[in-house]
Amino acid sequence: MIPPRARAALLPVACILVLELWARAAHLQSDALAPPSAIAAAMVEAFADGSILVATRDTLASAFAGLAAGGLVGLGFGIALGLFTALDRLLEVTIETLRPIPSVALLPIALIALGFGYRMEIMIVAFACLWPVLILSRAAVGGIEPRLMEVARALRLTSRDRVAKIIIPAALPRIFLAFRLAVGVALIVAVTVEITINPIGLGAGIMTAQQALRPALMLAYLVWIGILGYALNSGLMLAQRHLFGRAALVGEPA
Amino acid sequence: MTPPSLLWRTLSFVVAATFVALWQLIANLKLVSPVFLPGPDRAWAALVRGLTSGDLAVKLFGTVEHMALGWLVASIAGVALGALIGSSQAMRDYVAPSLEFLRPLPVSAIIPVAIALFGLTQSMALFVIAFGAIWPMLLATIHGFAAVEPRLYEVARSLHMSRLAIVVKIALPSASPDILAGMRLSLTVALILAVVCEILAGLDGLGHWILLSARSFRSADLFAGVILLGAVGYVTGLAMSSAEKRLLRWRSSGH
Repeated sequence: MIPPRARAALLPVACILVLELWARAAHLQSDALAPPSAIAAAMVEAFADGSILVATRDTLASAFAGLAAGGLVGLGFGIALGLFTALDRLLEVTIETLRPIPSVALLPIALIALGFGYRMEIMIVAFACLWPVLILSRAAVGGIEPRLMEVARALRLTSRDRVAKIIIPAALPRIFLAFRLAVGVALIVAVTVEITINPIGLGAGIMTAQQALRPALMLAYLVWIGILGYALNSGLMLAQRHLFGRAALVGEPA
Repeated sequence: MTPPSLLWRTLSFVVAATFVALWQLIANLKLVSPVFLPGPDRAWAALVRGLTSGDLAVKLFGTVEHMALGWLVASIAGVALGALIGSSQAMRDYVAPSLEFLRPLPVSAIIPVAIALFGLTQSMALFVIAFGAIWPMLLATIHGFAAVEPRLYEVARSLHMSRLAIVVKIALPSASPDILAGMRLSLTVALILAVVCEILAGLDGLGHWILLSARSFRSADLFAGVILLGAVGYVTGLAMSSAEKRLLRWRSSGH
């Protein structure tokens, strides 16, 4: 019996081997594909001259700055709307009108208002991260055990204490889940903005490699973006399990 | 709708209208340069003008076409592949981990590869949209198949049902809530990727329209395009949730 880890690794390893052998046998000349050994070599080279590191820094900086901005606004609104149902109902139409706007539609607006660079990217990432955080933190606060709120009333906590001592701790596991999903959104949107228009970061790096007809470097970027996405996601999932145990997985979308 | 909730809904519309009025006020007072921010009046005029006499309707149709085509291809392929992988324990063990590894990959990173393969063409857009939109459905189908009540499989075995019959009669209906949720997520992804591909490849669509409007500083046209994109997102989302309600009615009707 093959152990599960080996079974999971079999397909990727086989794909890499087949691609390598095929590329060598057919003397592959392509603008889109490259043998895995050449991709690895291109990645080592890009790390050695630091270009991929600078690009990673730019992408992550914009993604996290946008996440911080959008996440904080989303969290603030989410908590407020979760606490005061009247406010939630009043803002319903406004939110339902703004939310379906695809984030990339704001690209041209951000472009003429802010120009190329970090600021426009941060603004778009912030818009994209705002919604999942708002929706999930609103649900998290709305789902707090009512007795906890009764305790807060009985103790006559000020509203500031109520938020800091009851609401945030009680809703924290699900707010962390929102944060984890928003990190994924932030990375996706940052790379998308860079690929589409913004000449910084990993997305611009991969586009430049494509336009320079260097498929090995382009695929090296692609693999690196994949590793980055995977590492961020599994790191946060580990943190979630470590910090909150099984409580964190309640209401996890499949 | 009960009267109180109707009242709330009306009030909610009033609030939204107040925001639009505020936007108009900001634009009228020129607090933000009109080059960047047209008032709602100008955006609306541009929208009506574009739809009646300009080619905005054509662009709208182009975007919807890209999005719908890619999404449809992804739906069929995603559910079929998901059923293939999900219905066999061996496939689940060997293939699913690789798919889980690929899941957090920002799908737009595949765009340069697609451009290298297909050039700046419609097929590139179709490939990218379908590739991006397939993940939620593929993973939802596999998950849904894995989560089928085991006793249903036992029933199928004792009835000597074929594998195809098991998939069609038991696994697919039981996985349908997961699959529909995946389809809804894919719809959003498809719209975003359609806009990105139109911007990059200059394909006929709203993405290209908003980019050209921005380049020539026609902010009213730009906002008209963004409003239309929001409307597309809203309408498709609404259609999806009403389809979901209709298709899943059998679940809540209490068997």
